[in-house]
Amino acid sequence: MTVQDTGPATAPDAAAETQAQLSAEIEAGHAAYAAGLERGEPQEHGPRKNWPPYRSSLLRHPTKDLRHADPETIELYSPVFGERDIGPLEADLTVQRGGEPIGERIVVRGRVVDGEGRPVRRQLVEVWQANAAGRYVHKRDQHPAPIDPNFTGIGRMLTDDDGWYRFQTIKPGPYPWKNHFNAWRPAHIHFSLFGREITQRIVTQMYFPGDPLFALDPIYQSIQDPRARERLVATYDHDVSEHEWATGYRWDIVLTGAHRTWTEPEDGDE
Amino acid sequence: MSDVLPQPLPPTPGQTVGPFFGFALPYERGNELVEAGTPGAVRLHGTVRDGAGDPVPDAMLEIWQADPAGGVPARSGSLLRDGTFTGWGRAETDREGGYWFRTLTPGATEAGRAPFFHVTLFARGLQTRLFTRAYLPEGAGPATDPLLASLDARDRATLVTVREPDGSLRWDVRLQGEGETVFLTYDEGAGAGRDGVGA
Ligand SMILES: [Fe+2]
Repeated sequence: MTVQDTGPATAPDAAAETQAQLSAEIEAGHAAYAAGLERGEPQEHGPRKNWPPYRSSLLRHPTKDLRHADPETIELYSPVFGERDIGPLEADLTVQRGGEPIGERIVVRGRVVDGEGRPVRRQLVEVWQANAAGRYVHKRDQHPAPIDPNFTGIGRMLTDDDGWYRFQTIKPGPYPWKNHFNAWRPAHIHFSLFGREITQRIVTQMYFPGDPLFALDPIYQSIQDPRARERLVATYDHDVSEHEWATGYRWDIVLTGAHRTWTEPEDGDE
Repeated sequence: MSDVLPQPLPPTPGQTVGPFFGFALPYERGNELVEAGTPGAVRLHGTVRDGAGDPVPDAMLEIWQADPAGGVPARSGSLLRDGTFTGWGRAETDREGGYWFRTLTPGATEAGRAPFFHVTLFARGLQTRLFTRAYLPEGAGPATDPLLASLDARDRATLVTVREPDGSLRWDVRLQGEGETVFLTYDEGAGAGRDGVGA
């Protein structure tokens, strides 16, 4: 049994496909992207919505290009969250159930900024994740790995006045899913982020350095550009580690929204 | 050497919300921006469907809106729901793809502009969030709004709510296919709007 991911958009025989088939599709996609860059097509910064290797996306991705809109007044602001929205223990996923969860205790810390490097202040960060065994506290998760009675895998916090967030948790395990036969997600923590403006809102996933599953994962590899993919990988940071307590990871986040899209600097100057 | 502006920082890419957000992101009364019986309360509701026309039972919508006077709310309390109107709400779809919010009617932030709900959409199978707008059906707005005016009638209709006989506002989402909803980007750079270019 693996994780239930069999919505109507998943082909019934999806689990019969092999990793080799999926990996070939991923490689072909990336080669086409690289060839496009050579021809002068724009650099990509996000995932492809139309990306067949992630089978659940087949009937769920828009087929038209996004329409450009100039942000209206309401879109130049974000909702305001405050201390009263969040409990004092919500940034510590290791103390929510009275007992100690099993696993490798870690601290994750980073800074949320906009494209100009300005801090995203006093803004909501939500995280959710599987436990150390790769199991979610979600009724649809059927992975036969143990549920940890001391771990919910849910955290919430506000960034500080300089855009920093920090939370303590247990390192999540990788987990199987039904995209294809023997499909495994690299270990990750889901993040939900608000920026200075609503146009900067994103939901994403933070990964851990050196994961051998990266190359095999249709979700991570939905981001065609290797530089963009690397931005989702945290770094081990010994300054975040705590003596005889927890190892530390650093992961900074940039929310650009309506502003000019970044382009990779060219070698030749204009 | 041209006098170009400093390069903005490269954005952090989005990723799918996945199948398991349901235990983490939705929260009690997240879809109730005002309490039942509040004067002026309106119900915004609809169904999210995929490319086959089937309901999407694992999607999530967030709205962000002006207050009825056109003011931009700057009050905390969205997660607390203590009676403060914060202008922001979150709803997950049910087994039939349905969602609903109880809220107030947004006003125009500037005279003559068309009021709308800003909508952010998430779903399993959707690689990154989608932005769109749900406009009010009444007033001169739909005729004068720059975005609506730039769309053909069929596309425009996907962004305008329908006033139901009971006074509620119905707004359906079609992720793909016949009547596909118009989704938005605010990016201005090269290739903005092309698949993968935005975060
Ligand atoms: Fe996950």
